[in-house]
Amino acid sequence: MSHSVLVVEDEPNIVLSLQFVMKKAGFTVRIAGDGQEALNEIARDIPDLVLLDIMLPKRDGLDVCETIRANPDWSAIKIVMLSAKSREADKEKALAIGADDFIAKPFSTRELGDRVKALLGLGVSS
Amino acid sequence: MSGGLVISVSFMYLGLIFAIAYYGDIRAEQGRSLTKNPYIYTLSIAVFCTSWTFYGSVGRAATSGLGFLPIYLGPTLMFMVWSVVLVKIIRICKVNRITSIADFISSRFGKSSTLGGLVTIIAVIGTMPYISLQLKSIATSFTILVNAPGEPSMWSSNGEGIFAMDTTFMVALTLAMFSILFGTRHIDASEHHEGLVAAIAFESVVKLFAFLAVGIFVTYGINDGFVDLFSKAQARTDLDFVFNIGNDTGYSQWMTMTILSMAAIICLPRQFYITAVENADEGHLRKAVWLFPLYLLIINLFVLPIAVGGKMTFAGTSADADMFVLTVPIFHDQGALALFVFIGGLSAASSMVIVAAIALSTMVCNNIVMPILLRMHWTGGEERRDLSGLLLLIRRASIVVILFLGYGYFRIASESHSLVTIGLVSFSAAAQFAPAIFIGIFWKGASRNGALVGLLLGFLIWVYTLLLPSFAQSGWLPISFIENGPYGIAFLKPYALFGLEGLDRLTHALLWSMFFNIGGFIVISLRSQQGAMERIQGTLFVDVFLHTEEQKESGSRYWSGSATITDLQELVGRFVGDRRAAQAFHRFAQENNIQLNKTTIADSALLDHAETLLAGAIGSATARVMIGSVVKGEIVGLDDVYQILDETSQVIEYSRQLETKSKELEDTTKQLQTANERLKELDELKDDLLSTISHELRTPLTSIRAFSEILSDNPEVLEEERKRFLGVIIKESQRLTRLIDQILDLAKMEAGRMDWSMGKVELVEAVEQALAAMDGLVKEKNVELTLTIPSGVPPVMADRDQLVQVVINLVSNAIKFCKHPGGKVEVSAVIRENDVMVSVSDNGAGILPENQNRIFEKFHQTNQISDQMPRGTGLGLAICREIITFFGGKIWVKTAKEKGACFLFTVPFALPEIKTTAMSAE
Repeated sequence: MSHSVLVVEDEPNIVLSLQFVMKKAGFTVRIAGDGQEALNEIARDIPDLVLLDIMLPKRDGLDVCETIRANPDWSAIKIVMLSAKSREADKEKALAIGADDFIAKPFSTRELGDRVKALLGLGVSS
Repeated sequence: MSGGLVISVSFMYLGLIFAIAYYGDIRAEQGRSLTKNPYIYTLSIAVFCTSWTFYGSVGRAATSGLGFLPIYLGPTLMFMVWSVVLVKIIRICKVNRITSIADFISSRFGKSSTLGGLVTIIAVIGTMPYISLQLKSIATSFTILVNAPGEPSMWSSNGEGIFAMDTTFMVALTLAMFSILFGTRHIDASEHHEGLVAAIAFESVVKLFAFLAVGIFVTYGINDGFVDLFSKAQARTDLDFVFNIGNDTGYSQWMTMTILSMAAIICLPRQFYITAVENADEGHLRKAVWLFPLYLLIINLFVLPIAVGGKMTFAGTSADADMFVLTVPIFHDQGALALFVFIGGLSAASSMVIVAAIALSTMVCNNIVMPILLRMHWTGGEERRDLSGLLLLIRRASIVVILFLGYGYFRIASESHSLVTIGLVSFSAAAQFAPAIFIGIFWKGASRNGALVGLLLGFLIWVYTLLLPSFAQSGWLPISFIENGPYGIAFLKPYALFGLEGLDRLTHALLWSMFFNIGGFIVISLRSQQGAMERIQGTLFVDVFLHTEEQKESGSRYWSGSATITDLQELVGRFVGDRRAAQAFHRFAQENNIQLNKTTIADSALLDHAETLLAGAIGSATARVMIGSVVKGEIVGLDDVYQILDETSQVIEYSRQLETKSKELEDTTKQLQTANERLKELDELKDDLLSTISHELRTPLTSIRAFSEILSDNPEVLEEERKRFLGVIIKESQRLTRLIDQILDLAKMEAGRMDWSMGKVELVEAVEQALAAMDGLVKEKNVELTLTIPSGVPPVMADRDQLVQVVINLVSNAIKFCKHPGGKVEVSAVIRENDVMVSVSDNGAGILPENQNRIFEKFHQTNQISDQMPRGTGLGLAICREIITFFGGKIWVKTAKEKGACFLFTVPFALPEIKTTAMSAE
């Protein structure tokens, strides 16, 4: 059974690329355009992993991350933060509130795929 | 009788008096006072009975019967009925160390030296007739005595010519000498003049016995007692008047004289001095209130008998009734009795002259000379002279001047008047002090200015209605002054002022002078503001019975001092003499059981004591200034207060400037803080901008990189998908380029390195071009865009591309922020005098007033962003402002009619002169 990934991103072109990369890796992909939509999607069906942009309309990525971590039912969800904010402080803040990984934009699609697989306990694709 | 004999006896008598005074002083210094008992006190008050009483009363009785009596009724009433007033005055004098009536009035009204001076001047001028009366009586009685029948005369006959003048002159000189001997042997600091009081009391006994002797001689020697005498008199028609009160004006004059003498018993400078200043113990007054009236009664017992006896003795002659007391014994060949009578008269006259001269000289010294010297800063400074000698000199000179003023008045006016008439002129002058004293000790509202005006008006009326006429009657002024008024103005006739006729002269003068005196005093008091010192002194006087108790507890009026005991002692020593000052300080130390260490700072009790010592020598007002001058930090004297106020106001001005400066500094600091906060904010904004720019740059970069890798890693991607991915890459690259261009543009504009291509631009064309570029966005967002530009807008001076950019920025913002759905954007233009104003408004949420200025700053991004819209760069409006400012226009934002934002900017017309002609052609 394939893992499910929720992509939370407001920039349509980036969503398009992420969707392509995740599908290619064999995951089922769902999309959310903002933080509120993301939480709604998670509540509907808990994904294995969330790719979470920080700069989002309505509720930003950090807020969504904290909300997920505050819910014991959702503790199994892996969270990878994506951000154009590339400073070390931003990364530390994201990890401090419970993100499993932090990837700066622009990112390498290969590296992104490897990190997601590693988090989900899958071997690096050969 | 031999002139030599009379002179010898006179000098022996005066010598005896002086010896008594000297002995009295010695006893006082030994602490075995002769005078501290109510009997001596009462006898000393009897200085009231002068030659006026001794000779004049009989004269008065011989012409107007009982008319001599009111002069004694007044004091009797005063002592028996209103002794409470006397007690209050005495208490005030003791508490405040008052040395004279001038000191009293000046102290009451804020220690005003002007008032003290005025009172002194009035007192000196007012006493002048009174002294002349004494001189006249002594001279006349002397002349009569040495010209007695059967004596070879070496003195002139009828009191006429050069010898008479000489007699009076010699009398004046002698009395001046004795006054100096009695009163100014040394400057007395704190003690009373006990010797003087003893001598005066002795003289009162002598004059009483002399007068009684004549009375008894006339009643029992010549006649067989009262009954015999008066029945003889009744038999004679020419003596009817003796038993009547008198003529038409008799009753009003009785009233007037009673009132005058009530005032005189305390307002005459010498009476004030003896009754209040020299009073050793308030308790003595309790006996004096009936003893003094008793003395008056006894001395008046034989006035009528002597008058009647004299009238009968000298019936049909023109003998001077004023001298009956002397001439009746001479007529009956009673040489020894006549001599005794002469000595009695001398006692009456000399006691008055000596006390008056001492009291007045103290006033002249303390209230006129000292204030002037102080004003000239003569006593201040470094020179350490012993001033007691100078003070004595001033007082002695004053005595001489005062006596010769009396002599002068005698020469000018007295010769033609009876003794009583002259005396009443003096009484009226002294009565002018009554309002200031009696109202002043009961009404706190009485003010210095009121007292000044009242005294001055009363005094002037007195001069006009009594003094000047007496000169006129003696021929020194034209008699028409009295008969027709000055310059023939009847309204101003001195005996019928303002048309008031039908009163005797005295009542007339008293009525007007008191009307103006009391009226001016009260009216001005009610209308004038009291100074601090006046209020303090007013309370001290009016509430004297309250304050005396308080002062014993709280002690001093001085707060603190920086003067050492040596300073104080030297200061006091300069006025009272070093030895006396040392004694006084030593005694103070003993009494208070303290050690006087020379370098110790004087405490307030000692300061008060020093002021008391000085006040005895130089008056309380002056003493306060002098003590104040060594006690730094104490506010004293009005002049000092003014000086301190001057300095204080300079300090206040200076500190006010300081305050202004520090306020300016505070303001500057505030501005700096604000600027600093703005800087911080700007700095944060810059950080935010960099972060935003970074974000904005990374977003397209992310897409570009992602799709490049996808295409590179996945050759199997379908052709259609590949095209789409490449399209994204191209679009994002363009977006990246635009962003970079904007950043660079703004940087250039700010640095002033922008290449502008300025020229005439048709506004309508530029706006239409901008809107055309927005067409796609307008359709995509389904916004209703309206354009309203009037025809004939003159060309503007601008860079066409940049102007288009401004419109694009504003319109795209409007589209971004307007209502969704149902968005409306309106672009319009208004032609103004020198420029055109373009507005771009939307129907969105609008911009909060507090953000309306800051929105144009670069890096500023509003938080009121639409959820649907991507964030801006924060550079658009900043770029617009740079552009419009460069064109010479302005750009701003306000709240639109429908609550949305309305951006406005102006662009100046290209050629104003063309526009002007276009305007005039219209």
